[in-house]
Amino acid sequence: MQLDPIHQFEIKNFWPLFNLGGHQISFTNSALYMFIIVALVSLLLIGCTTRRAVVPGRLQSIAEISYEFVANTVRSSAGTEGMKFFPFVFTLFMFVLCANVIGLIPYSFTVTSQLIVTVCLALLVFFIVVGYGFWRNGLHFLNLFVPKGVPKLILPAIVAIEVLSFMSRPISHSVRLFANMLAGHITLQVFAGFVIMLGGAGVLGIFGATLPFIMVVLLFALELLVAFLQAYVFAILTCIYLNDAIHPGH
Amino acid sequence: MSDARENGDWDRQQASEAALSARLQRLNEGLGQARDQARNGHSSDSSGAQRAAPASGYAKGLRLSSELVAGVLVGAGIGWLLDRWLGISPWGLIVFLLLGFAAGILNVMRSAGLIAGPALGGPRQGPDR
Repeated sequence: MQLDPIHQFEIKNFWPLFNLGGHQISFTNSALYMFIIVALVSLLLIGCTTRRAVVPGRLQSIAEISYEFVANTVRSSAGTEGMKFFPFVFTLFMFVLCANVIGLIPYSFTVTSQLIVTVCLALLVFFIVVGYGFWRNGLHFLNLFVPKGVPKLILPAIVAIEVLSFMSRPISHSVRLFANMLAGHITLQVFAGFVIMLGGAGVLGIFGATLPFIMVVLLFALELLVAFLQAYVFAILTCIYLNDAIHPGH
Repeated sequence: MSDARENGDWDRQQASEAALSARLQRLNEGLGQARDQARNGHSSDSSGAQRAAPASGYAKGLRLSSELVAGVLVGAGIGWLLDRWLGISPWGLIVFLLLGFAAGILNVMRSAGLIAGPALGGPRQGPDR
């Protein structure tokens, strides 16, 4: 057992593949877990929907509940028109949820605790919002940055602030997920480390170790909640940003 | 005798039609209520992640601080890049750091639900977003 709380986030190269612009591109444990996540989600959803009973069984209920949950989220924050982005949001939600939950299994690797992964997802959302916004509304999309009823004198400053606020979205979008997963896993590891260190310190230590052990159990439950909540927050923020692309100011 | 039976059939038919129309009306009312709820739900439920998550203080703090830091970082990054490209150091950094700070505050207030979002001119003011 490693006592170093950062050790769990280490990237291990499995197979070096090729060099791209001086950087080595390898198949890492992160890539492996992403493949596992995609395979798991695909298998789960395809397997759940093959029988298509009118009265759903347990597995089919999982698929139906997750569909309805995400569909309601999309409808309530991006309107019915946002439903054309449903496949995208659903994929994001299932990927992040699965990554978070798989990361909670001891000795596994948490993909979403890598900043680069969450930044990629957030930038994908950002560019889809910008691209779709301009494609659908043309230059009308820029009305997003011009609030109504602002005096002409301070309008340039307000527009600059709005643009900066818009551009900071992918950062807060990605850092929120990343920081939650990172902090949660480090906390778990630190408390688990206390259990081991105290347990090695004689009889009194074993009694003392029960306290951090209870803490680890409670934190684990909290982390399970956070894993789900952060996937949901990621999805709902995506919907809110897409809503801006669909209805930019009037 | 056959008259009586026909009358009985007719009555029954009338009764079942009345029941049917009453049922239709009830269903319509229910549907209308559901639609209203859905519409209201759309207007009040969509104010963003702050409603979505009955967040603990820790989560809330993390969220708001990430919003603020994101604004400042983006402002500083853009200012620094402008300085490098245009050679106007240090003015780009100064101006855009301040603007970024303002954008961060705006993000925080929006995320906390204190002010409305950007896509809200006109009639859809308020928490609707």
